Amino acid sequence: MTATVARPPRMARTRPPRSVGRLISRWALPVLTALAIGYLLIPVMVMIVFSFNDYQGKFNFIWNGFTIDGWLHPFEWPGLPGSITNSLLIAFVSTAVSTVLGTLMGLALTRYDFRGRGPMNALIFLPMATPEIVMGSSLLTLFIGSALPPLNGVIPRGTFYPLGLQTILIAHIMFNISYVVVTVKARVAGFDRHLEEAAMDLGADEWTTFRKVTLPLILPGVIAAALLAFSLSIDDFVITNFVSGTTNTFPIWVWGIIKNALPVQINIVGTIIFVLAVGGVALSTLRGGGAAPTRIR
Amino acid sequence: MADVAVRLTQLTKRFGDPAGRRSATADGSPTAEGVTAVDHIDLEVEDGEFFSLLGPSGCGKTTTLRMIGGFEQPTFGRIELQGEDVTWLPPYRRNVNTVFQNYALFPHLSVFENVAFGLRRRKVPIAEVKRRVSEMLELVELPGFERRKPSQISGGQAQRVALARALVNKPAVLLLDEPLGALDLKLRRQMQVELKRIQEEVGITFIYVTHDQEEAMTMSDRIAVMNRGRYEQLGDPEVLYERPRTRFVAGFLGVSNLLPATMDGQADGYAAFRLGDGTTVRVPTTVLEDQSGSVAVGVRPEKIRMHETDQASPPGFNSLGGTIVDASYIGVSTQYIVRMADGRRVTVYEQNVERATKSELWKTGEQVVLAWSPDHCFVVEEGGGAAPESDEELNAVA
Ligand SMILES: Nc1ncnc2c1ncn2[C@@H]1O[C@H](COP(=O)(O)OP(=O)(O)OP(=O)(O)O)[C@@H](O)[C@H]1O
Ligand SMILES: [Mg+2]
Repeated sequence: MTATVARPPRMARTRPPRSVGRLISRWALPVLTALAIGYLLIPVMVMIVFSFNDYQGKFNFIWNGFTIDGWLHPFEWPGLPGSITNSLLIAFVSTAVSTVLGTLMGLALTRYDFRGRGPMNALIFLPMATPEIVMGSSLLTLFIGSALPPLNGVIPRGTFYPLGLQTILIAHIMFNISYVVVTVKARVAGFDRHLEEAAMDLGADEWTTFRKVTLPLILPGVIAAALLAFSLSIDDFVITNFVSGTTNTFPIWVWGIIKNALPVQINIVGTIIFVLAVGGVALSTLRGGGAAPTRIR
Repeated sequence: MADVAVRLTQLTKRFGDPAGRRSATADGSPTAEGVTAVDHIDLEVEDGEFFSLLGPSGCGKTTTLRMIGGFEQPTFGRIELQGEDVTWLPPYRRNVNTVFQNYALFPHLSVFENVAFGLRRRKVPIAEVKRRVSEMLELVELPGFERRKPSQISGGQAQRVALARALVNKPAVLLLDEPLGALDLKLRRQMQVELKRIQEEVGITFIYVTHDQEEAMTMSDRIAVMNRGRYEQLGDPEVLYERPRTRFVAGFLGVSNLLPATMDGQADGYAAFRLGDGTTVRVPTTVLEDQSGSVAVGVRPEKIRMHETDQASPPGFNSLGGTIVDASYIGVSTQYIVRMADGRRVTVYEQNVERATKSELWKTGEQVVLAWSPDHCFVVEEGGGAAPESDEELNAVA
């Protein structure tokens, strides 16, 4: 976009344009774009820069000089490694489960006409539309309720209560599924059913057709959905805070520690996550662009 | 008698019947709701034949083909492939392959892998896969395209890849659903010839769906002309053109003049029919089948000659007087519209041979006598069945 605007159109040569218009078209968009990108990136920049801060006292707030001390001990703070392990575990498991379930649901909801499909399509948006804080508190109510009469003893202890990794997982899978379904549905909607018929025509049974044709073609959508689920899971705070009990995830740990200290390790872990996320997105964009052109004759 | 490749028995497909029931009634007869896309079709396609299903949009051609391919389950009836009942078998258990209308090439696979897809499913050894795929690409004249993706080839090439992908499996029957529909006229013509060549070369039975009568006529051994879920007539192209049995067939294949008539006795192998303006025309009794009710006598516009007087027309020919109301010069021929005494219009094509320049052509307003051999007549049933076009419309289109 910027490129076409920055270079005045060919017509400009034969007919001199109004100079103000040209000025605007030449400068306004690039400048605004730069501002917008700056606005988005400055917090990240601050985070990265302050991960190299040689700060005084407990709080890493004021710039005091460059050091790589923090980066030499990136996880050295009581409770930090455990919380990161938990976050990663939850993110991986909830992403895997919700991607598989959500993909199948997305396929079913676009493909098949069954009773209750309409309501199902609407319900799938509910977890996204409900305020997180409401979702968190009602999940907490549900989980605690499961340990009280009359449910007490019906559901094995340790499933919903006491709160811990498993309840966080249940919550994350729940909200992730919605996002996966919506993302996958968008991809499946543009899918040509004849391709699957062609595969079956050529001797592929249902499973082979799925493996060789359906999945490769919706894969970019599935990968995008998985990345989204992973990032939603790894930085969820509100819902997790309600259902985590005494288990710490990284965001919960940060929230707990900043009352007493703001160690440089927070910036470092944040930077690592940012770099990995950017890398992941870049990779999936490259793959997605090459592997599955949606153009179908 | 050649072996039967495909036999359809009372094949019926209804859409939109109440959910949960395959058929509202036991024999698939209509209920209040729903569309009958295919209506109790009986059909036998012979081995090695180029068979076409021809008909207007929505007449059920695709649905018939999809049932043979296994993509659609019949509401009623039976499908046999080389004597084996395949009615309820999934597509991957039928020895047929399909060339889809939009080609349906796998966009994520190369041309080679597209063509090899069927062979790989059957675990054919790699070396043989390579050999057969290259042979096939050779046959469809696309060697060297192995590594291209479907998005990197042209429409005509995609069509040929789709053909190769199906043929490489050596199916008993190849189903083609308007495979040339997306191509421009010139390429269509070229591909028609090529398709016919390939069919003769591989000797596989082709069932070809099209709504283009010219395409069906040039390529097919036999054609079934479909209308509203049934076929109205089945035969080789020449019979369909020379002896259409219904108004619909007469109008769908080429242009016809249909003159409502009543039978007026028979003699010497000819039947006499009285037309609306009182003229009597003769028709060989051989073309009479048990047409019942009111009938129309038909004659193709190019079979009619025009003369200035009655005397000029050869003896024994049918003749009919009229006034030229329109003449359009089309280069190879001139098309005239002649109005009869009762107001009916007859279309006549005359080759621009004897009268070649504009000044020599017949003029609007001239009185003429139309003459044609009785052997060029056919008789269709009037009334029942949908006429695709009325005479007036025919004249307007032609
Ligand atoms: N899945 C479906 N659900 C309901 N009706 C259908 C379905 N598929 C086809 N039909 C109807 O069945 C009839 C026959 O359709 P079909 O696709 O076989 O026509 P066709 O002869 O192939 O026409 P065309 O030349 O336009 O492709 C049409 O009236 C169509 O509307
Ligand atoms: Mg069709």
